[in-house]
Amino acid sequence: MDWTLLIVQLLNGLQLGVLLFLLAAGLTLIFGIMDFINLAHGSLYMVGAYFCATFTDVTDSFLLGVLIALPLTFLVGMAVEIVVARPLYARDHLDHVLATFGVILFFDALVHLVWGPEGKAIALPPFLDGQVELASGLVLPTYRVLIIAVGLLIALGLYGVVSWTRIGMLIRAGASNRRMVAALGVNIDLLFTFVFAGGAVLAGLAGLLIAPITEANIGMGNDILIVAFVVIIIGGIGSIRGAFVAAILIGLIDTMGRSFLDDFMKLFLSDQNAETAAPAISAMLIYILMAAILYFRPQGLFPPRVR
Amino acid sequence: MGGVTLRTGVTLGSLALLAVVPPLTGIMDAPFVLDIVMRMLCLAMAAISLNLILGYGGMISFGHAAYIGIGAYAVGIPAYYEIYSGFVQIPLAVGTAALFALITGFICLRTRGVHFIMITLAFAQMVFFTFVSIEEYGGDDGLVIDFKSEFFGWLDLEDPVTLYYVIFVCLVGTIYLVKRIVASRFGMVIQGGMGNEARMHALGYNVFLYRLICYVISGAICGLAGALLGNFTGFISPEMMDWTRSGELIFMVVLGGTGSLFGPVLGTAMFVVAEEYLSPLMNLFMPGSGVYWHILFGPFLILVVLFGRRGIDGLLDGRGRRDG
Repeated sequence: MDWTLLIVQLLNGLQLGVLLFLLAAGLTLIFGIMDFINLAHGSLYMVGAYFCATFTDVTDSFLLGVLIALPLTFLVGMAVEIVVARPLYARDHLDHVLATFGVILFFDALVHLVWGPEGKAIALPPFLDGQVELASGLVLPTYRVLIIAVGLLIALGLYGVVSWTRIGMLIRAGASNRRMVAALGVNIDLLFTFVFAGGAVLAGLAGLLIAPITEANIGMGNDILIVAFVVIIIGGIGSIRGAFVAAILIGLIDTMGRSFLDDFMKLFLSDQNAETAAPAISAMLIYILMAAILYFRPQGLFPPRVR
Repeated sequence: MGGVTLRTGVTLGSLALLAVVPPLTGIMDAPFVLDIVMRMLCLAMAAISLNLILGYGGMISFGHAAYIGIGAYAVGIPAYYEIYSGFVQIPLAVGTAALFALITGFICLRTRGVHFIMITLAFAQMVFFTFVSIEEYGGDDGLVIDFKSEFFGWLDLEDPVTLYYVIFVCLVGTIYLVKRIVASRFGMVIQGGMGNEARMHALGYNVFLYRLICYVISGAICGLAGALLGNFTGFISPEMMDWTRSGELIFMVVLGGTGSLFGPVLGTAMFVVAEEYLSPLMNLFMPGSGVYWHILFGPFLILVVLFGRRGIDGLLDGRGRRDG
């Protein structure tokens, strides 16, 4: 076993994990507090990336691009909440799924119209474009280290906000009993809009963080969205802590599975069988994990206490 | 029922119209219309099967496209090994789909609400990724079916008109089957379980078992629809079971009216027509804009959800219906 490869893949898994957390945090709060299934969360991830690409081009600075893209994504999130989500809170999950599915189609076509069919690359500033040597022989692109660091910082910050601030208290209260919160005189509409748009910003942040590596492209949010749903189901709907643990877990399992499952399976299968079966199984791993967890613990790993 | 209501009229009228589509398109020399209608009939069967569990049983499956894929691959994989007999392929499609529904249903049906939605989606994703990664059967690129299912030379599916009528008869059979199921004691338990599960338990019914059987029937029908679709397109790929396909199936059911017998057929028809003609229509008004037809279709979907809850079927009777 090559240890540097193992550590690099662990860090890649961690990177996927923190990105998933950024997506899942908003998703799980929207879900936990408003009982709303937001399939369009992946669209906000995409929109964030495209905004950043455009404004990085215009201002010639990645940092300015990020700083302009995030408030814009907040506004788009607000618009989606007010126009589509708000009229549907009282409806059943079927309506949520369908309406937000419509939002996905709309945004995919809109992005196609505005930015064209091709992906948009984001140029990194020179100080992020290099590599850093973490230990002797262990070299990583600086930018990937930055993603992990930003992701972990945001996770910590979010944990602080939710645990120790007044807005966080309202969010937690909303997740456990939203009717009671409304009855106590909190402007629940405003809280919902704030949480929805805040979630949009986190999703947009995840999108614009990954875009310099993968390019911003149409439909980029659709596949990772499903994985983010797996994360919040495993973590327990409405729980930030659960989302974090599950996101890191899924990020690591997915990345490690794709890199090492074939070697692992060769230990007890013939080489050829292992090489045929490993890609299929590694792609399914996270879904198998989710099905197993739902079977034994339907409420997820860290369900918020609901009264 | 008594008397011919508007709804019965529309149902019978539509079926009569569908029955004469091949000669009509023959006269008009428009084989592509026949193709569109054929695809629509296959999808309508899938939508009916989804409606059986979603509309009557309240089980929102977000993974029904997987059964279409399973049915299609049950035609494609034997054909890959040069087994073209429909007497092998069709039972294989229905059987595999039913078995998959039995196994996954056993797990899925223990969950409720959003968990059910997500776990059905998870299983569909597993099937999707399985076929994506099996290089032998084309992986991502899919598989071409050289010859359609053979039935000892009794039916020549290579002839589009024959294929059309086979699909049409299957669809009518499915509608009749679902009608009988829904009206039966079994169907009453399923609907009762959607209305008030605790009460059905109190009455002594094993709701889980009833739901599981209903889920398996639905999967089997959808598998057949997939086998027919595979025969029609002659090309199968994992893209058929992308999760957005499952979303589209749900939309067809809701557009037509959940929990109505013929609604899903109307919903599918409207969906397919929009898919085929919205884009040329937009090009007509603004050349080049057709590529962006989703920009109208997405909001249309949202409007249907916001204002047209009972779907097309809801327009066909004036009386209010209880919300499920």
